[in-house]
Amino acid sequence: MFLDTDYLGLRLRNPLVASAGPISQTVSGVQSLADGGVGAVVLYSLFEEQLTQAAERDAFLEEAYADSFAEATSYFPARDTADAGVAASYLSLVERSAAAIDVPLIASLNGSSLGSWVHFARSLQDAGAAAIECNIYFVPGDLTLSGAVVEQRHVDIVSAVKQAVSIPVAVKLSPHFSSIGHLASRLVEAGADGLVMFNRFLQPDVTIEPIAVVPGVTLSHRVDSLVPRTWIAALRNHLNASLAATSGVEDYTDVVRYLLAGADVVMTTSSLVRHGAGYSAKLLDGLQAWMTRTGHDSVDGFRGMLAVPTDAESNAYQRAGYVAALEKAKSIYGSLV
Amino acid sequence: MAPSSWSRCSSSPGACSGCGETPYLKLFTQLFGGRATVANATGCSSIYGGNLPTTPWSSNKYGRGPAWSNSLFEDNAEFGLGLRLAADLHTATARRRLEALRPELGDATVDAILQAPQQYESELSQQRARVDALKALLDTMTGPLVEDLRSVADHLLRRSVWIVGGDGWAYDIGSAGVDHVLASGRNVNILVLDTEVYSNTGGQASKSTPLGAVAKFAASGKVTGKKDVAMQAIAYGNVYVARVAMGADPQQTLTAFREAEAYDGPSLILAYSHCIAHGIDMSKGLDQQYAAVNSGHWPLMRYNPVRRMADHNPFLLDSPRPRIPLRDYRAKELRFRMLMNSDPETAERLLSYGQEAVNRRWAEYEEMAMRGAERFAADARK
Repeated sequence: MFLDTDYLGLRLRNPLVASAGPISQTVSGVQSLADGGVGAVVLYSLFEEQLTQAAERDAFLEEAYADSFAEATSYFPARDTADAGVAASYLSLVERSAAAIDVPLIASLNGSSLGSWVHFARSLQDAGAAAIECNIYFVPGDLTLSGAVVEQRHVDIVSAVKQAVSIPVAVKLSPHFSSIGHLASRLVEAGADGLVMFNRFLQPDVTIEPIAVVPGVTLSHRVDSLVPRTWIAALRNHLNASLAATSGVEDYTDVVRYLLAGADVVMTTSSLVRHGAGYSAKLLDGLQAWMTRTGHDSVDGFRGMLAVPTDAESNAYQRAGYVAALEKAKSIYGSLV
Repeated sequence: MAPSSWSRCSSSPGACSGCGETPYLKLFTQLFGGRATVANATGCSSIYGGNLPTTPWSSNKYGRGPAWSNSLFEDNAEFGLGLRLAADLHTATARRRLEALRPELGDATVDAILQAPQQYESELSQQRARVDALKALLDTMTGPLVEDLRSVADHLLRRSVWIVGGDGWAYDIGSAGVDHVLASGRNVNILVLDTEVYSNTGGQASKSTPLGAVAKFAASGKVTGKKDVAMQAIAYGNVYVARVAMGADPQQTLTAFREAEAYDGPSLILAYSHCIAHGIDMSKGLDQQYAAVNSGHWPLMRYNPVRRMADHNPFLLDSPRPRIPLRDYRAKELRFRMLMNSDPETAERLLSYGQEAVNRRWAEYEEMAMRGAERFAADARK
């Protein structure tokens, strides 16, 4: 039985990938994910703000009193400027984790603007990352900002990161665009080797006693897989890029559904957080059992069976977007969901 | 409490904004400044303390304030001991001269002064009034004996001698002198403003610098532990010892200063002093002191030989068991973060040793705090 999979040009032993999450904050955590059997590990996300703010804060603390007294010109030993707080810690984690596991390690950068953090991708490559996942988490709060500008920002970031590295780059996207297919095409044109669909935006919640706004941090549920699976099915045969599905994996059936829709790999964090890093073995066992039952001896053999075919009418997309595409697909292959 | 004899400013002229040392100086001068003599080791405190033509050392509304002098790193404790011996000599001279004038002054005046207890502030306040009355009386008299007594009459009030400096002085360069003075049994108060680094000269590691901290001469993280000077001093049995952190427990700090000053023998106060060389937001210095104590990095304690004399356990553990991991305290300071950033593996290893050291020391202190009095050395002087 062949589970091996191509993702971003990397050959993975299977299509299950541990997505960016809390388990990968330590080398031992990354090792436990790899030991669980996943095909690749995406490291937890390093945030643009962490890079810039931590570096700025430490630089400020280091230099705040320099040359302020006659008796001393500084109060800390000189250090390499590369030792920039969380950046160095993250690089070290990449380096040690990549050396510790036998599957590809994908570093994750979370940002929303062009800046020095983009060039940090090169350092991640040098530290041993097999690929970079750009998590472009942008929430436009400016009412004068047009959608075109937002999309251009995404394209510019991808272009900049691609110029900085020679390893593959995936882009983790928001589902909230006017025309996801169009944007996806532009990102691929800008150099994206793959798209990760989709980022879950953690909107704040509200408590009524006491009355307060609280961070909305929740694990995903199966229902969260509907949107990404639909779009993966719609884009599978129209983009020359890898597609990763993420969100809503509860058991192996969700892995199978995503693969049928056309995902190259299926990512999960929530199920591993819920059940432990070793749960990936159960997901893979379930996948293989299903393949045996349904007579598939390779993942490649059934991947994309329920994707929208290449020759689907483009008018359908223009008229009613992906819903119409789904209707078309449904008329051919039956329900996708 | 006597009016302030330290600048009203929250930090002294010349000290860093938010300095962790100056509150301790302000406290002891508010308490004892009117009769204090200060021997100040070279270091930050000697710079902002003698930043002439300005100085934070001042007098109260009665015109009384500390007599202050700065000595070297390597001999400040001995310098302070000399000031103690000089003060004691002046006192002995004054008492002799007072006795010599007994016929003119009268038994009541002389006996009241010579027999007055002078341990506590209330007693000292009464003695000060007696000395003032004596001086007023001397102003009405003439003769060589009168002039001799007038020149030393102020020493009939017990002098409070404070030997002050940082950890670079007390743990390192002046350490032999500190030990010598503690072993002398003389009534001096040694105040160590412990920033755990040579602050004034730019952040060089001292023997007080904690394991795992980055400092000049320890750029890869200090690999030896912090010296426990408190335990060294406790070994003598007749030294009053306190470890304080005003940001964690101001009441314990106040109690320690008062007990130390009242103790008729050598006292050592180790005062946690946050510093710019820690790499913290200096407006949060007191919070960081709280974290230092909460993590067990800086356990608050007092060793009071007076309690041993009364057959009580002299070792008092004043802070609660560590409630936060050492990591949480250290993560807030650049001196530790620098190593986490540059060499996480070594930082983790040293942090692990540091946490073990915290646990070990706490267990030792807790055991000491539960011992019977007989398991501590008695004061052989009495």
